[in-house]
Amino acid sequence: MTVTEEAPPAARPQPASGLRTPKPVRRFTMGRTLKYALLIVFVFVVLIPVYVLIVTSFKPPADVTASTSWGLPVRWPWESVAPGGPTGFDNWTGAWTALAPALGRTFLLAIPAALISSFIGAMNGFVLSRWRFPHADIVFTFILFGMFIPYQAIMTPLVQMKTSLGLPSDISTLLMVHIIYGLPICTLIFRNYYVSIPMELMEASRMDGAGMLRTFASIVLPLSVPGFVVTIIWQFTNAWNDFLFAMFLSDTGGGPVSLALNNLAQGAQLANYGTAMAGALIASLPTLLVYIILGKYFIGGLMSGSVK
Amino acid sequence: MRKGVRNWGPPLLLVSPTIIILGIFVYGLIAANIQVSTTNRHSLSPESDFVGLENYVALLNEDRFLHSLFNLVMFTVVFIAGTMLFGFIWAWMLDKGVSAEGIFRSVYLFPMAISFVASGVVWRWLLNSAEGDRASGLNRIFESLGLGFLQNAWWNEPIWGMAAIAMPAIWQLSGYVMALFLAGFRGVPQELREAARMDGASEWKLYRYVVFPQLSPIALSALIIVSHMSLKVFDLIMSITGSIYQTEVPATYMWVTLTSNDYAKSATIATILLLLASLFIIPYLIQTWRSEKANR
Amino acid sequence: MRKRRLSLIAGVALAGLTLAGCSPASESTDTANADQVEVFTWWASGSEKVGLDALVGVFNEQYPDVEFNNAAVAGGAGSNAKAALASRLEANNPPDTFQAHAGAELTDYVAAGQLQDLSSFYADNGLNEAFPATLIDQLTSDGKIYSVPSNIHRANVTWVNISVLEDAGIDPTVAPADMDAWIADLQKLKDSGVSTPLSLGTEWTQMQLLENVLIADLGAEDYSGLWDGTTPWDGPGVATAVDHYGQLLDFVNSDYVGLDWDAAMQLVLDGNAGYNVMGDWAEAAFAQAGQTYDTEYTTWATPGTDGIFDFLADSFTLPVGAPHETAAIDWLKTISSADGQKAFNIAKGSIPARTDAVAADYPAYQQTAIKSFSEDTVVSSLAHGAAAPGSWSADLSSAIGKFGSDRDGDALISAMVAAASSALG
Repeated sequence: MTVTEEAPPAARPQPASGLRTPKPVRRFTMGRTLKYALLIVFVFVVLIPVYVLIVTSFKPPADVTASTSWGLPVRWPWESVAPGGPTGFDNWTGAWTALAPALGRTFLLAIPAALISSFIGAMNGFVLSRWRFPHADIVFTFILFGMFIPYQAIMTPLVQMKTSLGLPSDISTLLMVHIIYGLPICTLIFRNYYVSIPMELMEASRMDGAGMLRTFASIVLPLSVPGFVVTIIWQFTNAWNDFLFAMFLSDTGGGPVSLALNNLAQGAQLANYGTAMAGALIASLPTLLVYIILGKYFIGGLMSGSVK
Repeated sequence: MRKGVRNWGPPLLLVSPTIIILGIFVYGLIAANIQVSTTNRHSLSPESDFVGLENYVALLNEDRFLHSLFNLVMFTVVFIAGTMLFGFIWAWMLDKGVSAEGIFRSVYLFPMAISFVASGVVWRWLLNSAEGDRASGLNRIFESLGLGFLQNAWWNEPIWGMAAIAMPAIWQLSGYVMALFLAGFRGVPQELREAARMDGASEWKLYRYVVFPQLSPIALSALIIVSHMSLKVFDLIMSITGSIYQTEVPATYMWVTLTSNDYAKSATIATILLLLASLFIIPYLIQTWRSEKANR
Repeated sequence: MRKRRLSLIAGVALAGLTLAGCSPASESTDTANADQVEVFTWWASGSEKVGLDALVGVFNEQYPDVEFNNAAVAGGAGSNAKAALASRLEANNPPDTFQAHAGAELTDYVAAGQLQDLSSFYADNGLNEAFPATLIDQLTSDGKIYSVPSNIHRANVTWVNISVLEDAGIDPTVAPADMDAWIADLQKLKDSGVSTPLSLGTEWTQMQLLENVLIADLGAEDYSGLWDGTTPWDGPGVATAVDHYGQLLDFVNSDYVGLDWDAAMQLVLDGNAGYNVMGDWAEAAFAQAGQTYDTEYTTWATPGTDGIFDFLADSFTLPVGAPHETAAIDWLKTISSADGQKAFNIAKGSIPARTDAVAADYPAYQQTAIKSFSEDTVVSSLAHGAAAPGSWSADLSSAIGKFGSDRDGDALISAMVAAASSALG
């Protein structure tokens, strides 16, 4: 039995909507009602934190008290408690002011990181599965190990390397870091994905006289879209949400939004929960949108992967 | 495979940048880290001498480090149990096909999109330890629902505190485990299920004897991924509690030592973390490699 | 078609790299311009930024030809800034001057040879007379002084909610004479129905509370002796203090672990607690809540510490190899001048280090602090980097946090002994 190559295997080259979902059987037994009820309960439970985030973000500081924690805001977001005081909207504008510069920078970090490491990962995956060379397996294992290490194990020397090379404490350094440490997982995803490309295609291409790069560009790449979807989403999310590298290698003036959010939530002299929660929502919006819009393809990739 | 440099030269060349880069930034830096951990550089001064395994011995005998290990184990066990349980249950419930399956799946999966820092902002509030009059967060909801006895100090609890910290982690990653298991469920060939049904097996027996056993490779993968994530946990704890004694794990202890400029100690902690992770990773990698070889 | 897709992907990737490369560096140092000073602080927001801006105003008046270059790094109450600073110092790229807590926190930098001795600066500018003698003592190590304080905060202040005390029949105008008397009052509050007589917060506030108890039980001289090895950590004085501290913990809010200092202070502001021991930056919280000194709240020196001023100070240093040393010295002159200190401290809510400050210029609480600073004995705060260097205080912080969980006094004392011996060598 093949050991499943873990996270997240990409979909075979097939129509994007080709999820083999069995058709729901419409028999309303006791069991089914119970199942639906349970599923809905779980939906509520999972959404509790989101409810709290949204509701608190619209409450001015004075309204955020222990006893009213779960209630809906008692006043409209444009009203303030005392005249001239802060309003619910002020939470959002305050969070936006604090996070906006970092948001822009983080796009400049996450998008190139996703694209570049995906592309290199695709080339690696190709070469480790379809256009192989002797001992490719060892190379693959060598690369794969890099994905599992706790990053703390390389953090101290990495910081010292950054210091001695004089690299800036902003996203350009982080971009390099995310590309480098994203290579193993992208390689893994594409390697698993390309296993489903028939070897005959490779043979045929060789017989036509095409070399490795030509084959890659003209045959393999066009078939790679589902793989790219998975790696780009995964890498974008990783780079966007990363905090560890950001904390060690950058500062709030030049770093990504995770650092700015942490500073907003913890750094202020007098804490403001509403602003912090508004900030959490703002900072999560891009990745949430990615999952909502492209999630279907991502799940498709996760689910109909090379499981045998 | 064809012999000759002309055949294996190009692919090797294509993958060589990655090999070199990872060689430096993974293996090279690990070696550099180990080297620092064998010195006595405990301050800003760059001078240091080789002291062998002294730092390791000191650390492994240190109460504070052992306490952080205990916290890590507690967190890992609860985290793994929680994600595997919920991921499995959700996948099982969704396996037979329910209407609006897409919506259920998306809702269970979306917490994965949120960063630990952002989720820490809200979970910090949810897990607030105040009880009774000053309760907020989950304690307050228990109070209002008449479940006041469920109120507790969450991560302030002396022994079980880390289980509370595992809750946000479970919330965020159960969806991912669900997707893995769902893939597994759907990957069981229909013929197998039909054959079992024709043999007169009930639905329950079908699951128990046909489907579940097929899931063990997936369960293994999920287990490995979730446990290696748990060893790395840093953002979540910093975001919820900051670095304090009660929720200290090796990763946050390492941050404290690094900001105190104790380079050797932080490198030692990091290496120990790596060794712990290797306990999981290396057997898995060996198994992957072997099965790949077998398949060629 | 496929080639186009390939080049499209390559093009986007390239564009991404270029865009990322174009992002402006966060530290802009212009060494070409000799008349500028790069000032590295963590005063990036709130009242600290207001104070910094006021200081810059005075600097521009006194030295109009020198340009002020703000290198503030936000976040983590200074820990991000310290990490960034350590990197820069190691790479031999120091700022012209940087902010640090005066006192033992500088030991690491001094030991690494990264700071210049400022004794002659003090002599040249009459600072040895302008600053209190006990402060100069605390700032001097091995006969040298390494920083110039811009402001002084007091860490042995107990903030008191007047109505909570009066309701329980306690006189808020008179501080209890010592720890035992205070504990009796706390008990009285508790018996009258106040569930949280004393509010407390996360690890560093616990450390601050313990430091107050140590000062109260040991007195100024023995407390100072803890930091140079003359007072034993396993002696009777410390044992009494640990015992008192344990008793105090019986009166605090149950959710204190991990609670921010301002959330803990909020309990006093709201009337849910009677006392909180906090440094005098808490004044800002009361001002913001619209409360008036001696009406809704008042302050005392923590019971048992009357006549002692537990100081912490923000200060500025002169790094070795500062690119614009003359400009940096100009900056140091400004912050130590009477005008500079007045502008900064009124804005920030602390008090000047100079004894020639005019008390009437300052609000009510600061006036009490100024009086105390000029008359009382000055000791160094542990929780704020004056008494012990970073690694020592980190060790103590962890041991104190642990004590909060297990209340094991003996374990705390042995941990503190161990921390002292590894720090003092």
